[in-house]
Formats: sequence, structure tokens, C-alpha cells
Amino acid sequence: MQAAITARKPATSAARPGARLAWIGQGFLLFLALLALYILGRNFVRNPVLFGQIVISGLQLGFVYALIALGYTMVYGIVKLINFAHGDVFMVGAFVSYYAVARFRLHQWPALVAPDLPSSLVVVIGSLTVILLSMIVCTALAVTIERVAYKPLRDAPRIAALITAIGVSFFLEFFGALHFVFSPRFIPYERPFEVATWYIKDGVHLVQRGEAAPENSLTISNILLIIMAASLLMQLLLQFLVRRTKIGKAMRAAAFDKPTARLMGINVDRVISFTFAVGASFAGLGGVLYAIAYPSIWTQLGVLPGLKAFVAAVLGGIGSIPGALVGALIMGQAEALTAGYVSTPMRDAVAFTILIIVLLVRPTGIFGEPEKEKA
Amino acid sequence: MNVNVGFLIISIFKIGAVLAYLYGLLWVLGHAAKWVKIVGILAAFGLVQFALWFQVGDFRLLNDFDSGLLFQACAMTMVALGLNLIYGFNGQFSLGQWGFYGIGAYTAADITYRWTNRDARGLLVAGIGVILAGLVIWGVNILLRRYRGMPVLSAFTLYLIGVLAAGTVAVWVGNALNPLLVPLFGTSEAPGVLSSGAVLQVVFLLAILIAGAFAAEVSFLFGLPVLTLGSDYFGIATLGFTIVVNTLMVNSDTILPFPEMKGGRGMIGIPKLTTWFWAFLFLLLVIVIMRNLIYSSTGRALLSVREDETAAKAMGIDVAAYKLLAFVMGSFFAGIGGAVYAHYIGFLSPGAFSFLQGFNPLIIVVFGGLGSMTGTIAASFGWIFFLEGLLRVLLSQLGTEAPTWRFVLYPITLLLLMLLRPQGLLGSVEWGFLRAPRMQARVSEPPTPASATAPAVK
Repeated sequence: MQAAITARKPATSAARPGARLAWIGQGFLLFLALLALYILGRNFVRNPVLFGQIVISGLQLGFVYALIALGYTMVYGIVKLINFAHGDVFMVGAFVSYYAVARFRLHQWPALVAPDLPSSLVVVIGSLTVILLSMIVCTALAVTIERVAYKPLRDAPRIAALITAIGVSFFLEFFGALHFVFSPRFIPYERPFEVATWYIKDGVHLVQRGEAAPENSLTISNILLIIMAASLLMQLLLQFLVRRTKIGKAMRAAAFDKPTARLMGINVDRVISFTFAVGASFAGLGGVLYAIAYPSIWTQLGVLPGLKAFVAAVLGGIGSIPGALVGALIMGQAEALTAGYVSTPMRDAVAFTILIIVLLVRPTGIFGEPEKEKA
Repeated sequence: MNVNVGFLIISIFKIGAVLAYLYGLLWVLGHAAKWVKIVGILAAFGLVQFALWFQVGDFRLLNDFDSGLLFQACAMTMVALGLNLIYGFNGQFSLGQWGFYGIGAYTAADITYRWTNRDARGLLVAGIGVILAGLVIWGVNILLRRYRGMPVLSAFTLYLIGVLAAGTVAVWVGNALNPLLVPLFGTSEAPGVLSSGAVLQVVFLLAILIAGAFAAEVSFLFGLPVLTLGSDYFGIATLGFTIVVNTLMVNSDTILPFPEMKGGRGMIGIPKLTTWFWAFLFLLLVIVIMRNLIYSSTGRALLSVREDETAAKAMGIDVAAYKLLAFVMGSFFAGIGGAVYAHYIGFLSPGAFSFLQGFNPLIIVVFGGLGSMTGTIAASFGWIFFLEGLLRVLLSQLGTEAPTWRFVLYPITLLLLMLLRPQGLLGSVEWGFLRAPRMQARVSEPPTPASATAPAVK
């Protein structure tokens, strides 16, 4: 390698007179930031409780996005493929839980087996079963997709795999929309457990059934808490998996350099399948929780959340697990705050604008390591 | 299930005829003599027109549905060719083509819609705005040449300020000029000069040009900062652009001040000013521009940027400028395609411009082969006829679920093609007119009698 023979001279300001004008762009960004701060600050002062409520709804969205974003960030980190079908695996997770609950009453099986079990335990075990079933089905689906569609294309140009991913995504959406599969309509989702809502005003109180929370009080639901707990738990689990186990080490090696990893005796194909499986199981969990939180499902349910989760992964720095969480939380807040204070339909626009600005300032995302593009 | 066999045969025959016609057209265009080209184009066009006109009793060779398909194929080919310029020839993975298509459609539709409703503001504001913004971009560009090494964000800010100022001036001037033109429209009982059909056609042509130029200017502003991103990041940012444009379309009557676009309900009442013929002419124009661009020195620079940016830079090629050029040209084609589309359908719904549909041009380009104009043209005609024509008609006999089945079979075809032939239908092969012209012998080479007298261009 002769690359380092001549060190590049630092460009002098005389050769690059434009470098002195960087303040224009920085001023523009500052202006945007101040504008956003002004809008938020004014609304916070006007009604702090409403502001808090919007932030809470943003948290709920953000933690669901974090669950989906994990799958995207892991898969992209290893195979450099934007797995568009991931959002549809998420949708399948929601539908599987719908059928398990509404058709087969799977969430009540502990009551049938042991009738004298306390009802709270029945709900917990039943819901966990439903979630587990969704995760298993999603894992199987993702591994099948990977084997059938992506594996034969591993040495093909990357665009071929991307088009295939789009094709798989379309297939899942429209095959699911057939009458004998799921349904082309919106379906009201039946929850495996009841929503309990608490309001915070002079202490924490439960909102009684049939009553509304009093004016000017923050409300928190158990779904929010479950989503936060599940999302954080999965983050920790994944961190443990990637940092502390042997398969995690293999995943990191494959992400770093596939041919060398293969030379070191790592079965890269198995590692990739495993990555898809783990990501899909998180998507399945996310699908159930998302459907419980926003109980109306249809076959294109996964398109926009999937896309936003991918954007969140890019925002946080793709390939980075804490980055996925941070990016997802930013996306959730951006969406909720825009919907609350600017205009509901503009939330997608603002989310993508934030993405573009962040990429311009930090091209590899917030937590991404600056990497050179491989030749 | 009762599939009409005769119908199937006729459909397949029609598709074969259209493909043969396309191939013949490309072959004819490749001929050197100018009169052969002109006669060939006229003959090819006349053949299709004859087929459209031909009618014996109830039997028609090509019905309105078929001519609609031909039209759609032409419009889609323009969009896909633009994307092929961006992605196939310049290597920038863009998902924003559909957004520019939508911008072109809505801009042109708004201009002619207002014109037919005796309101010249659409044409005046958009026309003046596009011209002024172009001048501003040109001027700022000259100004910025003195400041090399300026961060792209700063340059973008300057351009943005300039274009916004130009837009404000355009709105102001357009609104001031409008009252002068309003009397010329006359009333509905006594239509004035400007209400005549001939003037409307001129406005339509202007609207198409303005729509294309507007899409190109938007793509310039958007591409300037975003083209500095790496390949996949650029793809995601352009996907975001499509989504943002679609969101703005859905809210065009609430967030944007265009009540006539009617937001998510869809814009109706756009005058249907175009026929298959205009789409065909515009497509021809786009093909010729593309072909001449690709085989010029600019085209070679575009290709070198795709192959290796570092090497291109080392050869003295301004990589950023050529990326921007390809992006702007591609968006211009998309804008023209959208404008033509709007005036054929007469109805624009934001649903037609959602990002899911936005994958279609990308799929067409990859199907036909990256960096093959012939492939793109063939693939987009084939795609429209396969997906919109054959499958829709055949599957409609299956009952109400036909549209869904269409989109079940289509990804399967896509998967099979990608698994069997990942480089696309044609790879990078070109046919006929679109093949690289043989270069004339250079003066620096030792002149031989053979090369000096041989006809230079095939």
C-alpha cells in the first residue's frame, strides 16, 4: 500500500475562501432549532400538562419503534440490506395475536387448565403465551423469507436483494389482504388484557371504568409501561447477546468482515439466519404491543412504522443497538410533538426532515462510527 | 373459472405487436438518413393510429383501454428513463422519482385547471417563479464559484434564500398582472380570446415545460445537500422526500394554499388536453435527449462517476456537479411525465403518488437492466401491459379480489426474475438507435484512406 506516502496538506483558508462562510449553514440550522424550541417552549408554558401528555404518547410510539428498529439495524449491520419485509413481519405478528385472541381465545387457556388460578395470573400467563406465539411465528416467517428469497442472492448485486425485499413486502401485504388469509379491511383488535389507566393529580389514581380522567391531569396506561419495560428488556437482552455470548461474537465478526469470519470457521449463513430470527422475534413482540396500544389492524399496518423504525435506526447510527433506541425515541417525540402542535398529517414530513438534517450534520447517524465505504 | 381463450390470444397478439413496434421504431431511428427516420416515425405512429381507428362491426383492434395502456406506458417510460439516468447511469440510488412525478403532475394540473376557470394566476405565478428561480440559481452559482470549499449547507442556505425570494416576487408580480388578463377570458356566454381551445393547448404545452422545470428546480435544491450522503442514506432521504411530497399533496388544501387541489379527496376537473400522440412525442423527445446526453462527453463523465468516484475526481471530473446534473435531468423527465399523465387522466389523487407506488419506476429500471435505455423502455411497456392490462383483465374474471391477486402475482414474478436474472432483462445491452454511435476517427490518429472516407456514424 502506497497510500500514506504523501500526507495531504491541510487546506489553507486562502485556497478555500468558502470555508470561512460555514457560519451561513450553521446559522440556518440554528434558526431551525430556535424555531422548534420557540414553538415547543410557547406550548409548554401555555399548557404543561398537555405537553407532558404528548411527550408520553411520543414515548409509547418511540419504544415500539425501538423494538422494530433493532431488527433493521442488526440485519443492515450484517448483510447491508434494507429489509423492507421487516415491517410486514411486524404486521404478521399483530395478526397472529389477533387470531390467537379473538378466534382461539388462547389468552384464556390457563383458566381452562386450572380453573382455580387467580384471574390476574391467568391474564399474565395467557398474554405471555399469545406474545410468545407471535414471536415464534414471526421468527419462522423471517427465517423462511431469508432462506427462500435472500440467501440465493447473497452474491448478486445489492440492488437485486433490495428489489427482492420490496417484492417480499408487497407479497406479504397483498397476500394477507386476500379474503381467505387475513382481510383487506381494518379489523378492530381484541386485547388479551384490559387497559388500565391511571391519572396523576395529587397522587396516582386509577381511572374507574366508565369514567373519564379529570381535567388537567396526566394519564398513564399500563400498555405504556408494558411497552417501555418490554422494549428496554429486549435492548438489554440484545446487548447481552451481542456482547457476551459466542453467537454474538460471531455476529460482530460477520458484520465486520464476512470473508474473514468465514475463514475463522464461523458459519456465516447460520449467523445471518440467526440475526433475521432475533430481529423478527422483536418485530413480533412489537406487533402485538402496537396492536394492543392502537387497536385497529390491517395488512398495511407495518409499512409506515417499519419505515420510521428504519429511519430511527439510521438516525441513531445503523448497526448500533443503543443508537436504535435513541433514534426511535427521537422519532417518537418528533412525531407526537408535530402531531400535537403543528399538524397531524405533517408528522411524517417532520420526521424525515429531521433525518435529513441529522444525516447532513453527522453522515453516519448519532452513534454511528465513521466508516469508509468499501470499494 | 371461465377464461376467454380468444381474448387471451388477442391480448398476447397486441402485446407482441406493441413490442415489435417499439423495436422497429428504435431500429428505424438508428438509420442515418434523416428522411428514413421521419418516415419511420410517421409510419410507426400511423400504424398505431390505424389500429386505434380500425373497426369492423363490434370488433376493434385496439380499444380505448388499449390506447390508455399505451399512454400510461409512455408516461411511465419517461419517469423510468429519468430514474435510469440517475441510478443506472450515474449510480445514485434514488427513491424520490415518484415525488418529482407528483410535483410535475400537480403543477401542470393546477395551471391548466385555473386557466379553464378563467384564472391566469396559475400560469403567471408558476411561469414567472420558475424563470426567476432559474435565474437566481444561475446567479448564485456564479457568485459561489468565487468561494470554493464552501460547506454544502451554507451553499444550500444561500440558494434557498434566493429561491424563496424569487418565489415571493413571482407571487406578487403574478397577482398584480392577473387583473389585466381576466377581461380577455370573457364570460361563459361570450368567451374571450384566451378561452379558445388553441390558446388552451399552448397553455398546456407551457404548463408541461413549467412543471418539468419546477420539478428540476426542486430537485436541484433538494439534491444539493442530500447528494453528499452515501448511497443507502441517499436512498432513504429521497424516500423521505417522496413521503413528504405525498403528505403535502394530502394536505394541499389545508397546509398549502391550494383549495382547488382538494387535498386527500383528489383533484378533479383537470382538462383532458392530451392524447396518446402527445405522450408519444414527449417520450420520443426524452429518448433522443437521453441518448444524445449519454453518448456525449457529459455522459461519459456521468458513467465515470458511477464506476468510481475517486478515480473520476482524480481525472478532474467535478463529481458533485455531475451527480446534481443527472439528478436534475432525471427529475425534469419525471416532471414532464407527471404533467402529461395529469392531462390524460383528468383526475389526480394523492394515493397514486404514495411511496409504495414509488417503487414502480425503480423496479422497472432494475427489471430492464441498470444502464440500458432499451431495457427500461421495454420493461416499462411490458410492465404496464402485464400488470395493468393482461393481469387486470384476466383476473377480473376471478371476481372482486382481482386487484389483490394482481399484486400477489406481481411480486412473485419479481422474485423469480431477481432469482434467475439479477442483472435485469437486458443487462446493459442497447438496441438500434440507442446503441453507442461509432466515433469519428480523430485527427491525431494517422489518417488512413479507409477511415477518412467511410461514413462516420452508423
